[in-house]
Amino acid sequence: MSAVGIIFSNIHDENVPELSSQRTMGSIPYGGRYRLIDFALSNLVNSGVTTVGIITKNNYQSLMDHLGSGKDWDLARKTGGLVLLPPFGAKDNEGLYKNRLEALKSITGFLSRRNEDYAILCDCDGVYRMDFSDIIDYHEEKQADITLVCHTEEIANSSKYTLVQSDETGRVTEIQLDETVSGTHKYYSNILIINRLFLIRLIADAVAHGYKSCRRDILQRNLKTLKIYAYDFKGYHATIDSFGSYYMHNMELLNKSVRDELFGARDIYTKVRDSAPSKYGDECVVKNSLVSDGCIVEGRVENSILFRGVRVGKDAVIKNSIIMQDAVVGDNVNLNCVITDKNVVIRNNRVLSGCEIRPYFLAKGTVI
Amino acid sequence: MQRKKECVAMLLAGGQGSRLYALTNNIAKPAVPFGAKYRIIDFPLSNCVNSGIDTVGVLTQYQPLVLNEYIGNGQPWDLDRNFGGVHVLSPYQKKAKSAWYEGTANAIYQNLNFIKMYNPEYVLILSGDHIYKMDYSKMLKAHIDNEADCTIAAIEVPLKEASRFGILNTNPDGSIYEFEEKPKHPKSTLASMGVYIFTAEKMYKYLEEDDDDPNSSKDFGKNILPAMLNAGEKMFAYRFEGYWKDVGTISSLWEANMDLLGDKPAFDVADSSWKIHSRNPLAPPEYCGENAVVKNSMIALGCEICGTVENSVLSSNVVIEEGAVIKDSVIMSGTVVKRNAVVRYSILDEDVRVGENAVIGEDKETAKGIAVLGRNVCVGSKAKVAAGAMIDKDIKEGEEVL
Repeated sequence: MSAVGIIFSNIHDENVPELSSQRTMGSIPYGGRYRLIDFALSNLVNSGVTTVGIITKNNYQSLMDHLGSGKDWDLARKTGGLVLLPPFGAKDNEGLYKNRLEALKSITGFLSRRNEDYAILCDCDGVYRMDFSDIIDYHEEKQADITLVCHTEEIANSSKYTLVQSDETGRVTEIQLDETVSGTHKYYSNILIINRLFLIRLIADAVAHGYKSCRRDILQRNLKTLKIYAYDFKGYHATIDSFGSYYMHNMELLNKSVRDELFGARDIYTKVRDSAPSKYGDECVVKNSLVSDGCIVEGRVENSILFRGVRVGKDAVIKNSIIMQDAVVGDNVNLNCVITDKNVVIRNNRVLSGCEIRPYFLAKGTVI
Repeated sequence: MQRKKECVAMLLAGGQGSRLYALTNNIAKPAVPFGAKYRIIDFPLSNCVNSGIDTVGVLTQYQPLVLNEYIGNGQPWDLDRNFGGVHVLSPYQKKAKSAWYEGTANAIYQNLNFIKMYNPEYVLILSGDHIYKMDYSKMLKAHIDNEADCTIAAIEVPLKEASRFGILNTNPDGSIYEFEEKPKHPKSTLASMGVYIFTAEKMYKYLEEDDDDPNSSKDFGKNILPAMLNAGEKMFAYRFEGYWKDVGTISSLWEANMDLLGDKPAFDVADSSWKIHSRNPLAPPEYCGENAVVKNSMIALGCEICGTVENSVLSSNVVIEEGAVIKDSVIMSGTVVKRNAVVRYSILDEDVRVGENAVIGEDKETAKGIAVLGRNVCVGSKAKVAAGAMIDKDIKEGEEVL
């Protein structure tokens, strides 16, 4: 398979403002020791993609720190490998790109220098394990111009989804945008496959016409003239569209079946931190929880996810919570439905609680 | 200007480690897993990097495959360098006198060309079977300050164990006047740690002379050090205070693992001022189930724990099923312990399968020794493995092994 990967690291930043105020969507911590971009990136690498361009826009320091040279994804290569594509301030650009089309226009140079047949475009709002070579097979079999990866799931009152309807052959017949919907629908998972040269032509054409929206002006407008197909992805796919869904999908990792599907083959890569293994004290109780390396647990942890380097003090009780990297939870603290960003300190005897649909959030570096 | 390194480290990693029995059937001793995510060699390698020594030759001979694969290009230790870095040195064919490494001194002698490539002033000799955190740069400074020809790192050991070690008898200024290899009646309790710094030119000279001596056993402790002392070279002991453990035996390997546990562990691998680097397992966070009980243990990524784990060290991707009990044990990566099996006072190597209701070892208090299951061993359900047994073959269902 010859395909180049393109990852949009910033596109859905507004979905989870709590966590993305100081970082890109791609660098939001997830699942105990990952960042959202690890899923797209690992899937690309495991599908045999050896060149991945990462489009960034703003707040991408944390992302660069996470990715480094790309060696943890085996992408530190002489040919291709990981290519960061920061905003490109050319004469005819008006500063930072405002939409996906402008972002794509700024990387046409990168795209035209590649020699792969296809481009795989993905965003960082999904948590899934997918073999993209299956989708390219489908794309070739259908002789499609564009293949959209779609997933059918329940949507809870959101306007962020692109609803897709297709006929029995899989060809997309209708695309609905910006409508607030509820219930079970088939939607576009923000992953698409397209011929690389055709993509470059589409971008040039869209720019010439002054189009603004990729979904509206390229997909929706061309349903009749282009062969746009939907690939139904049947596996586990979590879409992070809000703070609530971020919490819910993290908690799904406590199900063995979800964990097995996502991590079963042990091939989701992430930055290596060389933490020591986690230590469990004499009095600790840990039930139905995920614990990352470098943790020291002395209290009680139930239905929760502890990221790397978290300390849980004596007689502390953490329930239904997500505690991110290097947090210090003091003695006798009681937490229920709490999400703490990195480096939070919770002093002894504090009691904090949120609820399932609205977890209580502590921002990065908070000392309470 | 010729590029050079001040100090090159040579790590002796060729030993078979026969006292580790089944654990070293297929791998060299320095590659034996330790402390949930490490291998023994991570400690000397991390010590080198943390001490500012970035050129390390690793001498391998016995079963080097796992070790070679593990070291790779040295990237996990930041030892993938353009000039220097880590290099695996295996015995090689020469025009005349091709040979395996015959002893520690001979191993270094055969690789003098490697050392001379870096034109170092000093050479640090390390062995690959000790667990410790040591700043070699302090020892090197002492060596330079003393204008020594050879400095030997030394640690106080209990008198009753002293006869297992090379014992250094020193003057008040730290200079060595006598060296006794495994003495029956030790005069002091200052033991050599097997860590030496030589002034390079002196070492070359003595290694070359030793190679010409047909009666020599070509060993640092037995030949080189006594020869230097007899010739009146300046030799100093460098006292090391801190945790140091030779993990060459089953019981010392078990003890060193247990030393990692507790609130204030005897040996702390989580010390951020002296990071132990290693090749990291690829695994999600560990999962503790509804009925899991975990007490005073160290657990690595990727484990799935549904049973009970007490006073134990578990490496990555270990599965402990519902009702299984693990006590006072060391479990290496990929091992699966099925429902209601009991493992006490044991060391289980990588990818072991323990069947349902099987019983391995017995309580530490009553056991006559540590039970050891070698790599890939399958123990059938309801089988029994007695305390102290060394197993490297599969055990059938219901079988009892003493």
